[in-house]
Amino acid sequence: MSVLVYAEHDNHQLKSETAKLVNAASKIGGDIHVLVAGSGCEALAQAAAKIAGVAKVLLVDNEHFSHQLAENTADLLVEMGKDYSHLMASASTTGKNFMPRVAALLDVAQLSDVIDIISADTFVRPIYAGNAIATVQSQDTIKVMTVRASAFDASPESGDAAVATLALGGAAKGAQFVAEELTESARPELGAAEVIISGGRGMQNGENFALLEGIADKLGAAIGASRAAVDAGFVPNDMQVGQTGKIVAPQLYIAVGISGAIQHLAGMKDSKVIVAINKDEEAPIFQVADYGLVGDLFEILPELEKSL
Amino acid sequence: MKILVPVKRAIDYNVKVRVKADNSGVDLTNAKMAINPFCEIAVEEAVRLKEQGIAEEVVVVSVGDKSCQEQIRTALALGADRGIQIDTEEKLESLQIAKLLAKLVEKESPGLVILGKQSIDSDNNQTGQMLAALTGMPQGTFASKVEVSENSVKVTREVDGGLQTVALDLPAVVTTDLRLNEPRYASLPNIMKAKRKPLEVIPAADFGVDLTSKVTVLKVTAPAQRAGGVKVASVAELVDKLKNEAKVIS
Repeated sequence: MSVLVYAEHDNHQLKSETAKLVNAASKIGGDIHVLVAGSGCEALAQAAAKIAGVAKVLLVDNEHFSHQLAENTADLLVEMGKDYSHLMASASTTGKNFMPRVAALLDVAQLSDVIDIISADTFVRPIYAGNAIATVQSQDTIKVMTVRASAFDASPESGDAAVATLALGGAAKGAQFVAEELTESARPELGAAEVIISGGRGMQNGENFALLEGIADKLGAAIGASRAAVDAGFVPNDMQVGQTGKIVAPQLYIAVGISGAIQHLAGMKDSKVIVAINKDEEAPIFQVADYGLVGDLFEILPELEKSL
Repeated sequence: MKILVPVKRAIDYNVKVRVKADNSGVDLTNAKMAINPFCEIAVEEAVRLKEQGIAEEVVVVSVGDKSCQEQIRTALALGADRGIQIDTEEKLESLQIAKLLAKLVEKESPGLVILGKQSIDSDNNQTGQMLAALTGMPQGTFASKVEVSENSVKVTREVDGGLQTVALDLPAVVTTDLRLNEPRYASLPNIMKAKRKPLEVIPAADFGVDLTSKVTVLKVTAPAQRAGGVKVASVAELVDKLKNEAKVIS
């Protein structure tokens, strides 16, 4: 038995998801190999080699992987994957994009968004926006899965694995990268942040999100949003927390002006401590909040910033 | 160009689901069912492409028992031209659905297949990608913008860090994100008209696809409930609790 973990990265930095996936992979047993596929990413392979539990890092460095297009990445994984019992990627937009393609080409099912590993063939995953938890068993020869990184702790940085460079991979036909427009932020990434403060429709407009910034700065927090806030154009969509946005589980989640719809709760209810600030004391968010404060966010937020 | 839009009958998104007492699954008896929200967005996009003169025909397909004809009719009322029900009593997994759809793609040869990015029941987010793989088509997943030109489609995708744009040769598979468009409501005359639009029923067995899955659901349980919290009276009390009780800030 051996597990191939796809390293999550942006060609410059190994994302924190990778160390969490390695920890998840260790629950399966067998050797853990990490695949770093990208462009100009040799340093990332060295970083992956330091993750405890990694037996070997496989580096595939060529321009065809610079944007991790599903077509190219899937072909690579199919080529390499036949030697493994498990293929694992993060349930990020990157992993969700190519992994089902890999599974179909290998003619096996794919397990999405795994939150717990019971044994080498039995896995736990949420369904119905996290309102039900399914335990599933797979008899497939190769288990292809995406893993919810926030459900696992990171494997520590104490490893010393060897890095092997492989000359594999080409360009698949039919798809080309055109452009990307990434949101720039000095704050921690939503998926990795220990503290998140999120705004909803109650923020009323995009300018008012500035009220969250001072607090976020003091707490070293990332800023998130509900779908209502994104749809209303207050903030860009990559800040959305929920069933269809990012799924987070920080130490502290502060929901400001968010009512707490099923779809939003799906993205944050595994946070350790939840704080809700809302003027409607009947808002469903109070049912999951550890600490609730009923009141006008425009009075509460400046006061909160001052008292931190 | 012909556009194929697979749609799924799923529980209405507002329904709070209940897990069955025997842990065999979720109780769907008498639950309100609807067209999966992402599929609705896919139908809307296809209909808009038809209204712009880019597509000539929009074909909707659903895999399931007779009850999913209701969702096909909904899609027809929204502007699709004809429907296909791939008839099966089995609850199929994404891979099996994708295999059936791949056969249908072979038969219908659409220029574009538009699907929802995920269904809100199984939350898999797999079918579009698998269909693309099985048909050898390129894929544009989580689309928030779709621009079709003669031989290609430019898809702006919602990715973790922001947006990414890819160009795909046609035929291609596109899966929709929430922000692609705002679906219209079906008017009463259109609902009436939809009843007369053609709806073909094809038994799943006719496709010659192996429908067995190697994945079994052992049990379905309710998620752990969070213990009820407390309401605090002031910002000072909140900060104090976070520092000294929860110890999540310093």
